[in-house]
Amino acid sequence: MPVAPVESLVSSLDSLDVPCERTTRDGFVETIRSHITEPAVGVSLGDFGVSLEGTGVDVDPTPAALKAAHTGVTPVEFAIADYGSVVVPSTPDGCELVSLFVDRHVAVLDGSDVLPTVDAAFDRFGQAFRGRGRSGIIATGPSATADMGELVRGAHGPSDVHVVVLEETDE
Amino acid sequence: MSDADELRALMDSEGAAVGENTRGFNRGRYESVSRLRDYESLKTEARAIKEDAIERLPELVEQVRDTVEANGGTVYVAEDAADANEYIQSVVEDRDAERVVKSKSMTSEEIEVNEALAASGTDVVETDLGEWVLQVADESPSHIVAPAIHKSRETIADLFNEEFDPDEPLETAEELTAFARNQLGELIEDAEIGMTGANFITADTGTIALVTSEGNARKTVAATNTQIAVAGVEKIVPSVEDLHPFVELIGRSGTGQDITSYVSLLTPPVETPMVDFTDDETPLSERDSREREFHLVLIDNGRMAMREDDDLRETLYCIRCSACSNSCANFQEVGGHAFGGETYSGGIATGWEAGIEGLDTAAEFNDLCTGCSRCVDACPVKIDIPWINTVVRDRINQDAPPSEFEFLVDGLTPDEEAGAPPLQKRFFGNFETIAEMGTALAPLSNWLANTSISRAVMERVLGVDTRRDLPRFERETLVTWFADRDVTVENPRRRVVLYPDLYTNHVQVERGKAAVRALEALGVDVVVPNTPSSGRAPLSQGMVATARDHAQSVSDALDEYVKNGRDIVVIEPSDQAMFQREYGRLLAETEYERLADNSYEVMEYVYGLLENGAPEAPLSCTDGERVAYHSHCQQRTLGLEEYTVAVLETCGFDVVTSDVECCGMAGSFGYKSQYYEVSMAVGNELRDQFTSADTAERTVVASGTSCLDQLDDLLERPTRHPVQLIS
Repeated sequence: MPVAPVESLVSSLDSLDVPCERTTRDGFVETIRSHITEPAVGVSLGDFGVSLEGTGVDVDPTPAALKAAHTGVTPVEFAIADYGSVVVPSTPDGCELVSLFVDRHVAVLDGSDVLPTVDAAFDRFGQAFRGRGRSGIIATGPSATADMGELVRGAHGPSDVHVVVLEETDE
Repeated sequence: MSDADELRALMDSEGAAVGENTRGFNRGRYESVSRLRDYESLKTEARAIKEDAIERLPELVEQVRDTVEANGGTVYVAEDAADANEYIQSVVEDRDAERVVKSKSMTSEEIEVNEALAASGTDVVETDLGEWVLQVADESPSHIVAPAIHKSRETIADLFNEEFDPDEPLETAEELTAFARNQLGELIEDAEIGMTGANFITADTGTIALVTSEGNARKTVAATNTQIAVAGVEKIVPSVEDLHPFVELIGRSGTGQDITSYVSLLTPPVETPMVDFTDDETPLSERDSREREFHLVLIDNGRMAMREDDDLRETLYCIRCSACSNSCANFQEVGGHAFGGETYSGGIATGWEAGIEGLDTAAEFNDLCTGCSRCVDACPVKIDIPWINTVVRDRINQDAPPSEFEFLVDGLTPDEEAGAPPLQKRFFGNFETIAEMGTALAPLSNWLANTSISRAVMERVLGVDTRRDLPRFERETLVTWFADRDVTVENPRRRVVLYPDLYTNHVQVERGKAAVRALEALGVDVVVPNTPSSGRAPLSQGMVATARDHAQSVSDALDEYVKNGRDIVVIEPSDQAMFQREYGRLLAETEYERLADNSYEVMEYVYGLLENGAPEAPLSCTDGERVAYHSHCQQRTLGLEEYTVAVLETCGFDVVTSDVECCGMAGSFGYKSQYYEVSMAVGNELRDQFTSADTAERTVVASGTSCLDQLDDLLERPTRHPVQLIS
């Protein structure tokens, strides 16, 4: 039996040492709390039907608050199971900034938005980008550099990435 | 051209760091691509996309112009570096910018935009940590992906501690990274303009793909108001979907990462709000992104002419992954400061520098490519990098002024060259004539050649290093020996023509005799006719016309044997590689195919005989004799190493193999005075592998003449061709 994309994603993230937690919409607030370190900022997750209210996350922060933040919570468009990648969109409400100018990025993903392969991802990018000018970052694990003589996790971007997967409750 | 002193100095100062890092990348590449189910088909797909894109380049440039402009950006096609820099300066002036922050871009190095902007008073800051280290140190990149690969953690710590005098001296890689991040963070946050390169540009959407790991390219775009992307015209691919094979291949091929941390797909101007990090009142969603500007600067700088050049065109398929640097045994020792030109380094740099800067620049390092071909399988777009190096070497030869000593080698060098290649190249390129004379006059020739006076003259005039032993020519060639035998194989299983390559025929005659005996023992009817040499020697010196002449003679000579149903069996792997690879460029297609389809490396052929029912009993078998086997670089590129191992194991040998990319001798390379020490440094890796606890007592075998010569100099044990073990 083929492995469900979300199972394969979890296993890829595990091999990247990226903590990943699957949760339901009801359990979301409690889950997200365990993944953030304050000061935390975020981008609205309204499209996923969940809210960051009561989590201590400053939603839609000012640039100064972003600069001071440790954790940034953003929605991601989809994930690529094979590689453990998440796709961060460049949106007017600042997903790119909130996922980048922080020490830890917490990526929130709808469990139905997991594509199996990079090939499938580029089919989706092609359609989306030709629709109207859009951008996205395929982000795989934390930022890293080997330029200082050894591999270091955490260069200009976050040194730490967590993924929270939203799934439907079993009926 | 780098001389021996310059190469030695670079090996001393940078060799250790370059070696450790490139070998790490190279090991990573093997591991990472082995995890890909469809590695070969991805390479084929990537190659096809590049071929198509370069073919249609003028049309794609116009399409990019349309899509980028429709997105709200501008496109400027710059004829050369000065044109590009003038445009970039005008953008900087229009935006009234004081600082430009840059992410890593080799193309921006090529046009030297930093110098141009600094001259007009703009502060330019490299934000890639490796590039920043070099900016602080005022040095140039030595590797196209990891620019500061030649600097160890210790030298970077010393540099930072001296330059910035931090409160606590910096020491660990984590401390150095955190320090650089903080220094650069402030500079990025209040810069007006972000300059990036582009790994790929999609014509259908105007999307810029950036393959990075640090996050500085993302910040460079997100934190500034204006993005300038500088890219060679060859970076355009037709569609977004075309990015797929490249994204899977580029990190694996280069640094051995399955995928880099970030693949940015930006269709600028991006919608990310513009930020002023001191603003503590306006939420991000209320900040504007409409003032963002985007300028794509496409650079020609010789590329459109390369596109018209049948031999250099392939260079434009290069995706700058660095696989050809990391897989290159010479690069691993000397690094890109020796094995590189004005901007680019490694095997493919010869194509780039010849096309962009000219032959003079390519001539400075081109001879460091020995044609070992290990980069051929590593290249994700299947560029025949050795061929580009050979062609450029030929062009350099044609340009060279004749030597005052020309008369000394004239009689020895009946080549077909129109110009006057340097004497050293003519000498090695005409090895066939020298071998024939050597045999005719042996043993006197061996004795004469090895006198100290001869060696001194050879070193001074021809650059033949006195530290190497010269080949010892046998009085009786393989062909003569064979002609004097009277052996008949009744009811032969197969009939072959054993190709008497130059080295087997004149120098390594014993391995030729062993091959004849092994084949006959397996029921094969063998003939060994007098046949011209393959042209490998002149080809390796860039003497293409001479090599083509040899190829034609070989084809003519072997043709009747093939038509009469004989298979061609080849002992010398570099000649088998000629038949399989380079003859495709030197002969008409049907002639090439006839030779290539019917020729086999000797151990490959023995393997085929055994697989098809020949019993191994007549061969010399053992009960676990321990053997250390070094395959030959070109043989490994052809995928032939495994046959030798399989045959030896079938015959009862216990085999371990080396995993170095090349022995370092590489034909004439190790004999040349200017490269002797590089050659020995490469060889040291092999020596280490064959003097370890497990290998020190093993019988050493190697397939190539060069490898055997090198191993003789490296080890204190005798060496043989594997066919000598089984006959």
